[in-house]
Formats: sequence, structure tokens, C-alpha cells
Amino acid sequence: MTALSIFTITPFLGSFSLTEEVMLEKLSEQELGNLEQQFREQIIGKEYATSFGFSRDVIAIYNEVNEEFRKNEQWDQIMYTAPKDFAFNLAKASSNGVVATNKWMFFLLTFVLAIIGSLTYIVQDLKLLGPAGIKNDGIYHDSSMNRGWVGILTAGWLVSFYVLLYFHPYAIVNMTYVVDPIKGLFKEGAEASQWFLYGLLYCIAMIVMGVRMYIKYRHNKYQIARTTSVLFFQIIFAFLLVEILPLFGLPGRDLKNAMPLDYTFLYKYNVQELLDAGMFGTFLLVWGFILSLIVVPTLVYFYGKRWYCSWVCGCGGLAETLGDPYRQLSNKKMWAWKMERWMIHLVLVFAAILTIFVGYHTYTAINDPNGEGVSSILGISAYDVRAWYGFLIGAIFAGIIGTGFYPIFGNRSWCRFGCPLAAYMGLVQRFKSRFRITTNGGQCISCGNCSTYCEQGIDVRAYAQKGQNIVRSSCVGCGVCSAVCPRGVLKLENGPEDNRFGNEGPIVLGNDGFKLNA
Amino acid sequence: MSKVVIIGNGISGITAARHIRKNSDKEICVISAETEHFFSRTALMYVYMGHMRFQDTKPYEDWFWEKNRIDLVFDRVQQIDTANKKLTLQSGKSIEYQDLVIATGSKPNKFGWKGQDLPGVQGLYSYQDLELIEENSKEAKHAVIVGGGLIGVELAEMLLSRGIGVTFLVRESKFWGNVLPEEEGLLISEHIKKHHVDLRFNTELEEIIEGPNGRAIGVKTKDGEEIECQIVGLTAGVSPNIEFIKDSGIETDRGVLVNEYLQTNIEGIYAIGDCAQFKKAVPGRRPIEQVWYTGRIMGETVAQTICGSPMSYQPGPWFNSAKFFDIEYQTYGVVNSVLGENEADFYWQHPSKEIAVHLVWDESTNEFKGINTFGIRMRHELFNQWLKEKSSIQEVIANLKTANFDPEFYATYENEIVTKFNSKTAFNVQLKPKTWWRKLLTS
Repeated sequence: MTALSIFTITPFLGSFSLTEEVMLEKLSEQELGNLEQQFREQIIGKEYATSFGFSRDVIAIYNEVNEEFRKNEQWDQIMYTAPKDFAFNLAKASSNGVVATNKWMFFLLTFVLAIIGSLTYIVQDLKLLGPAGIKNDGIYHDSSMNRGWVGILTAGWLVSFYVLLYFHPYAIVNMTYVVDPIKGLFKEGAEASQWFLYGLLYCIAMIVMGVRMYIKYRHNKYQIARTTSVLFFQIIFAFLLVEILPLFGLPGRDLKNAMPLDYTFLYKYNVQELLDAGMFGTFLLVWGFILSLIVVPTLVYFYGKRWYCSWVCGCGGLAETLGDPYRQLSNKKMWAWKMERWMIHLVLVFAAILTIFVGYHTYTAINDPNGEGVSSILGISAYDVRAWYGFLIGAIFAGIIGTGFYPIFGNRSWCRFGCPLAAYMGLVQRFKSRFRITTNGGQCISCGNCSTYCEQGIDVRAYAQKGQNIVRSSCVGCGVCSAVCPRGVLKLENGPEDNRFGNEGPIVLGNDGFKLNA
Repeated sequence: MSKVVIIGNGISGITAARHIRKNSDKEICVISAETEHFFSRTALMYVYMGHMRFQDTKPYEDWFWEKNRIDLVFDRVQQIDTANKKLTLQSGKSIEYQDLVIATGSKPNKFGWKGQDLPGVQGLYSYQDLELIEENSKEAKHAVIVGGGLIGVELAEMLLSRGIGVTFLVRESKFWGNVLPEEEGLLISEHIKKHHVDLRFNTELEEIIEGPNGRAIGVKTKDGEEIECQIVGLTAGVSPNIEFIKDSGIETDRGVLVNEYLQTNIEGIYAIGDCAQFKKAVPGRRPIEQVWYTGRIMGETVAQTICGSPMSYQPGPWFNSAKFFDIEYQTYGVVNSVLGENEADFYWQHPSKEIAVHLVWDESTNEFKGINTFGIRMRHELFNQWLKEKSSIQEVIANLKTANFDPEFYATYENEIVTKFNSKTAFNVQLKPKTWWRKLLTS
């Protein structure tokens, strides 16, 4: 708690002021020409209490100057760096606060302390919760997990963090100082961006809460195996490889991130960068297509979409570790299911449209000697489609709602309502797959633990009590329904497609008065 | 249009209502004094323990009933006027019926103990019992549970989850002694003790002590020991809840007497579920069956009869399941607490883990009779088929890998089980590799 508080107040520590040297060093020639005079008059030497205040003034000048150019139609003068990134870079170099000068100490006080603190708390469960088994006691009596005030505060904190991360990164400059020492381990003297901070936080949250999963489900090998798997893919593929590859002059990409979840894959700059990166870059480009078009549907056919969603995916990985305490908060109502089908498939359509726009743009750009290409179809700019998708789906849906609202909507709202890759795999899983959750004859007692703990909001009980198997596009195969069932009714299975849906008659096994499938 | 009235909205009554709706256009009315909507009684413990909210125990959303034209009446039936086919309700209203289904379930047994009706003394069956135990738990530090069966263990688990200590009085010399064989009784008893339950065998309740506040403050056992407690849980079985029927002319014994079509002595009146007592029990089964799925089957069956295709109660081979704290239990077929005549058995228990199987077969024909499993899940459909086809013990043992229903990646013990089986018996069974289980189903 202390560590989290320290981390939270870091943005308010120290002060910021821009020096002449920093300005000369950080600004490009064009920017310097455009902004030097105003910066000298209004910013240099002035002391700001927070990076937020500092950046507000910087951005105001930046935008004002750009606005002037637009008015005068001096298109070649306009600066195209996003104001938030411009301000972040300047702020990062302008701190003279306690955090910037004591990075290791703050790392110890925040990250290390938080890790020790939460692990100490989690490891006690080994003893406190008694022998291994399902221990969900008190979940609905705990205000952190039943949408009580602690849950709402947690959501508030997470949402604030995401809003700052996506839209006002300059406000959390001090937080990035804290992780500079870790960035430095990869490359001497390198400075952490907000995305490095996010990546590191992500991994640490998953590891710490992964330990909690190991303890909570120590009797359940399926849970242990998939927790290990998501931790492996997050730490090695999504974090370490992305940091290490660039050290060898290779593009740092997350090899497991499949289109259309990875919506920037076909962006012009990405494809261009990969094509410029030699053999390895070309491999990444080809692999991206193979992954999405061949590997994904094939594995979904054999194992269901769980192979990705709850064994490999980063979003799923966070949901299954950090999000596990909130799984019961998903909505099980029929209207939520209806809304889910509309929303997720609309996002899939949106992603398809984005792909057409961006793909066409990139394709024409690569074949264009000037590298420009055709950036609009029917008068609609690919850049606009990109911007809208990035804002609505990438930031608001996946980040702010998907993770920020864990304690309110449950841990899988992005995966359930918004992820286009999940929608795509869901269609395969529903119509052409060997995966199902088998219901064990007539053993179901309709208690509802399965439905309650389904993070995807599937009313598992509705199927189980009729002796039907669960074949649903949204099932991510986390296996928790099977784990919490007190009567051993549910089993995740891959098998022949014949009779995949199980009992289709109105009568459940155990009643010999009827034919089962009459 | 003919009207069916069902008294009781538990699993039996609601299953009957749903199947009558599937098969007919009759007017359907379900009366309950317990709750407005059907909920799953089996999940009450999870509400108390904070695993679920009460609304999560309802298998159907509240709009379901109107959509399916099933009228719900939240009231108590006081009298059945069989001559005029009319019910009188507590609210003073009356309801007429053409067909009447009695599905009123059970109530906890009380054996005339002194103090059994004191505040602080309760069973665990109904929604009202859940409210009561919430209330009783507020000041409680210790509880005594009387009766060593499934509900007793559930109650112990519940109270412990709130930090209330539990002393568990069991009349028999081991846990659930009238159902479980010696070995299993021991296994479960040890497990219960591991959860810090003060488990007392061969101990019977003498009386419940009343305190100056008028509440139960302790119990006295037959041995004269006094145990201080604020809650007394009575979980020594349940019996049919049929007091209000006694003067109606409907024949009753312990329960409402019915024939194999679930019909009572009066035409158009049926009884199903916990409260029904068969005049002639289905061979191999008890006259009163009080488990979840028998209630469901009776509901499915009576719906057919009421909708014009008379159907007798034909439950398939016996099965059941339960969970004792962390140990899951399943049973298929019959494993008696003491081996029957001509029966042979084989018991395997993991040397260190709480995992066990117990198989019983006929010594002369080798016909497989039943299995108890602890900490291993097994496939109902396979065992159902084996029991119906009177498969041999060898076939069952050989196919244990396929019968396993544990989650993927679980350690399996079939090799150990079969090796020990072969060494303990005269059989020499080859364990078959796991096949897709449906291949073993011939139907």
C-alpha cells in the first residue's frame, strides 16, 4: 500500500524547468526554428511544480504555432510530432526533482516494496486458506471484489493511469524515471518511455498475481500449466524480446501478437520498417500473415480459442492473473449476451474496414517510388480510420474499459465485447472446432458456481443442467467452471465433431422413462 | 383451458412446470411460500460463504416465467379442498385446479430433543434458514452440529468460513456411516478433522440448554458432557413437508403416497420430489428419494402423464455426488456401507493424497455393481451404460483411463489402480489405452 501510494504521488514530486541546453539538444532543427523564440520568452528558466503544468504550457505554445501555420497555409512548416509525445520528451529531460535524482531509491520504494508487500500478503494464503482446494470464501463480502468502495477506488486508479498513459503521458514523467534504472540494464544510459513503464508494470503485475494463481490453484494442474504459459509468453515474447531485438539492430516486435488484435501490423510505417530490416524483418512480415491466417484458425480447430486467449495472449494473461479476483463480476444476463454478439462482431467489421484502408494504403505506398501511396478510399482517409480505431478501440475499449474497469465489469470485458481476434476465433470455435466443455450426464445440481465464475459471462449452468455440452464462441477455455464445480460435472475436451453438442433431448441422463434424444 | 397448479417451486415443481409447458398449452400456476422465484437450494451454502449472491442461485432470469406463461404465486397453501378442486391460501385467496402437483419438499428432522425449538437452533434447508443463520452468526463464536451427513458437513464448512468453531456430533462410529464403507468414512473423517472441526463419533444429543436470554447457549450429550455454543445445527436428515395435507383426504404415510405414475389416491392429484413416498419402491431404491436429480426426474415424468402420455417413474442406475470440504465424491451404481451377500470389492487409496476409488462386483458373475470415487471424477454416461448392460468388473477396470473425467493435465492413477487390483484379486486385467469415450458408448 505504501509503495503504491509513493508511486501514485511521484507525479507531484520535484519540479520541472527547461534549460537552454536541453532545448537545443532535444528539439529538431525545424522545431527549434519554430519554437525557440517563444520558449526563450515564456518557458526557459521558469520553474513548474509538476510535469503536467510544464507540459500544458509547452503544448499550448506548440499548438499555437502550428495553428498559425495552418491559418497561413504553410503546410511544410507544420510539426507532425503528437503534442503529447513532444511534451513528454521535453519534460523527461527537464526534471530537477527528487525522483529524477534518486531513481534507484524510488524504484526500491515503489516497485520492490510493492512486490515484497503483495507477495507477503499472497503467500499467507498458503496457510490461511487451509488445504488446497477451491477457496472462494468471502469474495462477495469483500468490498474490493463485490464492486464495493475499494473496488471503485481501484477502478478509479486504473482508469486514471490509463487516461494519463494514453492521452497525457507527460504527466507521468516522474513515474518513468523510477524505471530508468531497469531500462538501463538493457542499454547503458537509455531512458524509459511511458510504454516501457507500462510493459514493466504489466509483467510485474502478472508475475505477482501469477504467484497468487499458483497458490490458489495448486491442486489444479490445468490452471498451473496455463498460468505458466501466459507468464512465459508475456515476459519472453511481449517484453524481453521486444527490448532485446533492437539491441541487435532488429525490429522489436511481439511475435505472438496476431492481427487483428495487433491492428498496427499493416500500418505503412510498420511494414516499411520491417521491409527495411532485412531478412528478419521480412520473416516477421511473413510470419504475421501465417500466424493470423493459418496458425490461429488451425489451432482453434484442434484446441479451441483457449490456446490463444488463456495460454498465450497478453490481454488474456493480465485478465487471468491481475483480473482473476474480479472474474465473478461479468454480467450473465441474456441482454448482455445479445449486446456481446453485436458489439464484438461490429468491432470485427471495423477491424476489417481498417485493414482494407490501411492495407491498400500500405500496398500502394510500397509500390510507389515516392513512398506516398493512396491514402484514401472514397474520400475517406486511411489516417482518419486509423486514428478513430486507435482511439476508440485501442485506447478506450482495450485499455480504459478493458482493464480499468476490471473491478466493475469483470476481467474480460475487452475479450468478451471488443477483441476482434477473439471474434474471429470465436466464429471458428463455434462452427468448426473439436473443442467443447463436456457436461457429465445428469450430475449437475444447478448450483451456479460455474456461471458465477465464468469471466466471459456464459451461463454455463443453463447448458449443464440440461445435460448439454457448452459450445460457445466466447469461451476462452480458462477451465475455472470445471474447477469450481462441486460435483465434477464439467470437463474441457477436444474430440471428434460428431455429437459435440451432447444431449439434445429435453430429458437428462438418469431418467429411463424416455429416450434421451427423442 | 385446463389448469395445472403446482405447490412448491423447488427443482421438482419447476421441472414439472417447464415440461408441462414444453408439451402443452395448459395454464400453469406455481405456488410457493418460500421465495418468489425458483432458486437452487444446493447453492445456499455458497451464498452464506460469499462465493455467490442470492440472485446467482436462480437458474432462470426473472423474465423467464412470464415469457413461458408460468404464473407464480407467492403465498402459502393452507388447505386443499379435493372435492371442489380448490386451494385456500394464507392470504385468503383461493385457486382452482384441474390437476394438482404436490412438490413441497422436506423439512429438517427434529427428534423431540428438549430445547429443539429455541432461538439459535436451526436446520439448513430453506431460504428462511439462510436468513436465520446469517442472523444467528452475528454473535456466534461456536456451533454444535448434530447429525453426520451431507448437510452437516456443508453447515460445518459454512460456519468455519466465518470463523465460527464447530463441534460435530455423529451418532455412528464413523462419518456418514450408513452410506459410506469403513475406508471412505475414515478418509472423509480425517479430512474433516484437518479443517479443524471437533468431530465426535458415537456421540448423541441429549438436550439443548436454554440460557437466561431465552436462546440456546449449549448442548448436553448423552454422556453428560456440556458444550457451550451459540448455534445448534440440526442436520440429522430431512422428512417430507406435508403437514397441511393431513386432513385433505390425500393418503399419506411419512410422505404423500403415490403409485409408479406419481398419482395419489385422488384422481388429478400427484406428488413428486422429496415429499412423495412410493407405495411400492422401484426395485433397489428407497420409497422416499430426496436427492436433486430424482426430484428432477419425477418432474419430467409427471409432466408426461399430465400431458396425456402416462409415464411411470423409471430412474436409471443410481448415481450421486457430493463434496466434503475439498474432497469431491461421485458414486455410480450401489456401493453399500457393508458388503452385500455375494459381493466382492476392491479399494484403492493414494498413499499420500486424498484420492480413492472403491469398486464392488458380484462374486459369482463378476457383474460390476458400483463405484465410489474420491478426488477423481468419472464419466456418468459410461458408468450408466456399464450398469445397464451389466458389464463385468474386468471391462470397467480395463477402461478406467477412458472413464476418467478429471480436468486435462491432472495426474492419473489408473496404472497404480489396475496393478493393485490385479495383485489383490485373482483377475489379470490389461489396462486399455484412453480412447475417445463416445466410442465406448454403443447406443
